[in-house]
Amino acid sequence: MRNLILTRLALAIVTLFFVSVIVFAAVRFLPGDIAQQLLGQSATPENVAALRQQLGLDVPGYISYFDWLGGLFRGDLGQSIATGRSVSELISGRLANTLFLAGFTAIIAIPLGYIFGFLGALLKGTSFDRATNVIALSIISLPEYFVAYVLVVLLAVKTGWFPALSRVSPSMGFLDYAERLVLPSMSLGFVIIAYIMRVTKSSILNVLGEDYVQMAQMKGNSRFRVMFVHALPNALAPIINVTAINLAYLVVGVVIVETVFVYPGLGQLLVDSVAKRDMPVVQAVCLVFAGIYILVNATADILIVLSNPRLRHAK
Amino acid sequence: MSDNQLLKISGLRVEVPSPKGNSTILHDVGLTLNRGEVLGLIGESGAGKSTLGLAAAGFVKPGCAITGGSILFDGKELVGMDRTLLEKLRGVRVAYVAQSASASFNPSFQLGAQCAETALQHHLMSGNEADARVQELFAEMMLPNPEQIVFRYPHQVSGGQLQRAMTAMAMVCRPDLIIFDEPTTALDVTTQVGVLASIRSIVEHYGTAAIYVTHDLAVVAQMADRIMVMKNGRMVEQATTREMLSNPKEEYTKSLWSIRNFKTDERSRDAEALVMQIKGINAAYGSHAVLNDINFDVPKARTVAIVGESGSGKSTLARVITGLHPPVSGSIKFEDKPLAGHVSKRSRYELESVQIIHQYPDKALNPRQRIGDIIARPLRLYFGLKGEELRGRVRQILQTLELDPDQMYNRLPHELSGGQKQRVCIGRALAAKPKVIICDEVTSALDQVVAEGILKTLVRIQQEFGVSYVVITHDIGLVQAIADEVVVLKSGNIIEAGSKSQVLSPPFAEYTQLLLASTPEMDPDWLTNLLHARAGEKLANESL
Amino acid sequence: MPLETVLAVIGAALIFAIVITALFAPWIAPYGENASVGGAYEPWSAVHVFGTDSIGRDILSRMIYGGRNTIGLAFAATCLAFFIGSALGTAAAVLGGWVDLVLGRLNDLLMAIPQLIFALLILTVVGSSAYTLIAVIGVLESTRVFRLARSLSVSIVHQDFVEVAKLRGESLGWIVFREVVPVSFPNLLAEFGLRFSFTILFVSSLSFLGLGLQPPTADWGALVRENASLIAFGDVTPLLPAGAIALLTVAVNLVVDWYLAKIRRRSAL
Repeated sequence: MRNLILTRLALAIVTLFFVSVIVFAAVRFLPGDIAQQLLGQSATPENVAALRQQLGLDVPGYISYFDWLGGLFRGDLGQSIATGRSVSELISGRLANTLFLAGFTAIIAIPLGYIFGFLGALLKGTSFDRATNVIALSIISLPEYFVAYVLVVLLAVKTGWFPALSRVSPSMGFLDYAERLVLPSMSLGFVIIAYIMRVTKSSILNVLGEDYVQMAQMKGNSRFRVMFVHALPNALAPIINVTAINLAYLVVGVVIVETVFVYPGLGQLLVDSVAKRDMPVVQAVCLVFAGIYILVNATADILIVLSNPRLRHAK
Repeated sequence: MSDNQLLKISGLRVEVPSPKGNSTILHDVGLTLNRGEVLGLIGESGAGKSTLGLAAAGFVKPGCAITGGSILFDGKELVGMDRTLLEKLRGVRVAYVAQSASASFNPSFQLGAQCAETALQHHLMSGNEADARVQELFAEMMLPNPEQIVFRYPHQVSGGQLQRAMTAMAMVCRPDLIIFDEPTTALDVTTQVGVLASIRSIVEHYGTAAIYVTHDLAVVAQMADRIMVMKNGRMVEQATTREMLSNPKEEYTKSLWSIRNFKTDERSRDAEALVMQIKGINAAYGSHAVLNDINFDVPKARTVAIVGESGSGKSTLARVITGLHPPVSGSIKFEDKPLAGHVSKRSRYELESVQIIHQYPDKALNPRQRIGDIIARPLRLYFGLKGEELRGRVRQILQTLELDPDQMYNRLPHELSGGQKQRVCIGRALAAKPKVIICDEVTSALDQVVAEGILKTLVRIQQEFGVSYVVITHDIGLVQAIADEVVVLKSGNIIEAGSKSQVLSPPFAEYTQLLLASTPEMDPDWLTNLLHARAGEKLANESL
Repeated sequence: MPLETVLAVIGAALIFAIVITALFAPWIAPYGENASVGGAYEPWSAVHVFGTDSIGRDILSRMIYGGRNTIGLAFAATCLAFFIGSALGTAAAVLGGWVDLVLGRLNDLLMAIPQLIFALLILTVVGSSAYTLIAVIGVLESTRVFRLARSLSVSIVHQDFVEVAKLRGESLGWIVFREVVPVSFPNLLAEFGLRFSFTILFVSSLSFLGLGLQPPTADWGALVRENASLIAFGDVTPLLPAGAIALLTVAVNLVVDWYLAKIRRRSAL
């Protein structure tokens, strides 16, 4: 089992390496001259050449890749073309904001997803089950910005309960900060609750069909004990998996929600930089997102291995 | 009602409710059971015997419902009883032993904890008492090292041992009644004997009443005081075990009893007419050797049975012959010419000449292809038949297999019964005009009556078309029924090979004798006699 | 009729209506896609059912054209995803060995990068056009299709009937197209529905972020973005295109749910 876990970790590192190559190569080798695009058609050839040099486009690809990678390890991600500021400085504050929003949402939404999933399995076929099913399906079918804007209309514009925009700054007090987080995390949270609920419910229902669950009933266990002691430990793998997918989604899904609420996180930085074609920033943010995503997925895979008694206790 | 009566089920009706009308699993069935009595419930699949067994604990499977009748357990009505009261009864006074022990133990917990669970949950024992009791019962069920095995997880223990542990689990609270649902069906015969003996002795020791559900007549004859025969959710008849075996009254029961009598006469081989010669085959999965130096011949128009238990390598042998798993060394000669190890290197003539029929007809037929097309494919591919000629030939083959061509031609596999599907598989093999058909446990997944029909068809086809069979099986009864020659396989080695009369009559090889002796017989004293004989042998050995 | 069937019929009717509207947009829409036909931000009226946008274009007309663009783009991308994903997934399962290993690893690698981020990165460099959008989304979505097609095919390839076909000496083509694909097809078809609705959400998200079809072309995601400022005044008009997306994806999901239940029942027989 230890080998399995180490292999999975090694795989994550290798994947991260390849992803960095892809992120780098995308800018470098895909059709479209970034320098020309940035300066526009009217730019003089001298200006374009100068910018190419600044972006490191004039040296062979593999050399500038290793320069870039080396900088990465030193925490030096280069300079933003648009603002001239250091990329790592730009990212660090934004990353904290994004992680805060994601964490805030996760703490509330993920347990709610589990609870609704358990209830759905326990009350299968009742009107509660049907109603939550339909609601979950609808939420999954909605674009994220739709949920966000509906919340803005209902809870900000019409009632004025919460601010419609979430511009925050480090100097703000905690309550002010939290108030501005409510609508963005609700927009993210609904989708997460819906996904986690559906998977939790169906994986428990799957296990309820197993022979050992019937045996547990024939041994006189209560319905509650059958569900939580006998079924749940064997339904963990898909539940862990969907939790990871949603945690990863939280970090990535913020791109849209941050745009809607003008929340100064990493996602908004990415969208702004994309609009300005500020490639050093785009590359760095993409790599950070991919890194978090890979890390979360690797953690989930390892937890799944740990939750499997056949792997935990070898023959 | 006498004090001695433990269970009385009357007029019990179990149905699967559906908007399109309920389908009935049990039609007004009744039974009574006295304290300490063992009742055998026997019947084929779909007879409702498991449903009736579970109902004795007031339990129905999800999706089913009790729609009538009564279940009196020790004077208390279980139909409509409050769930919490039922939970107090289950595991404590009525316990259950399931068919597949490996699927019925929870993979996430240690065996000891699972066995002690009921006693602890119902506050009947302290933790130490329960642990001691589980170890004591494990010892009584002849499990090796009880003090260690309680800490094992289900996947770390063999199937036979799990089945013993499950019986011990049922005994922990000293229930009045245990429901055994085909507890030894998944085991090899040599393992089965020991488990049956342990179950019988522990049930006798504690004077526990039992309902023993099985499809195997010979097994039920050893275990039950009384036998009840069921068919399609109804009782056919019941009587004491000896009465039922010697003097069945109903036609259906008689037909079940007669299956065991089907037997073809052994035919010696025609001088030099060999279709296939297997010489010095060694096969392995990776570095793990599975077959060692396998040699035997397949005579023309004869049946060679390869018999062995799980892990003997008999299925690998089938894959080697068909060319799916090339051997490490050795050769196969077909009609005196060497046959390539891998199927892709064999000629068209060789491919059509060697056909296989699998154990599970469900998996061997493409669910999206129609029966007519399935049988037509080899005819088209090998012989280029087309149009009317093709259709006529398919109809002819269907008729040979006692399938109605008008009904079957355009059906999909899921519209057929298990036996019909297996006939289609035979038809597909037959369409290629084969010289050798490998039959891999072809009757194991079928009910006994259906299996007998398939065997008779196979025998008739052999007489008609002169095809040779290599029958791969774990069932020595099947060998006795249709084989001409026998190869006994154990752990990848041939123990013995020769004509049926030679292998299956004295003097025996030791393992062959063990196999033969372990196969249950209809005689109700068979198990008792066997155990006496083995005890005697052991004593004799010790005194030497 | 069971509830599921009723819902599926309603879903199918909705899909039909939306697709017809999209197909015949030039005949159905009251005004042109980019025609400025009124004042800025006119309210809802008989002349302009959903009012006009900042430069006086009729919002209903832009929604109808936008549907045509969004659905067409998503449909093309889903088709591409299925062409790549199911072909490679089935091939990996049937051929096995190093082909399976290489394709599987490559697929894992592509799936290790969040889709939206990957799309943003590539589209920033190559620029957004209908073709680049279809190519990028199609390739990204094909990773999910690959996974499903491969796992479906692997379970089929190990069934005895495929073994029988191999022993019969059938060609690779027969095994793939006559033995494996007909069995995996119903599940792949259901997945097509789910992928299609997901792709619509994906396309509209990209448009919402400004990396979809470029203005002045209308599409449902971009329409929300263009008019988002109205929301601050409590006007729900910008939400209508998003509502249309929701309607379509819910309808597709209802039909797929019904179809999946049907094929499950059939295979349980």
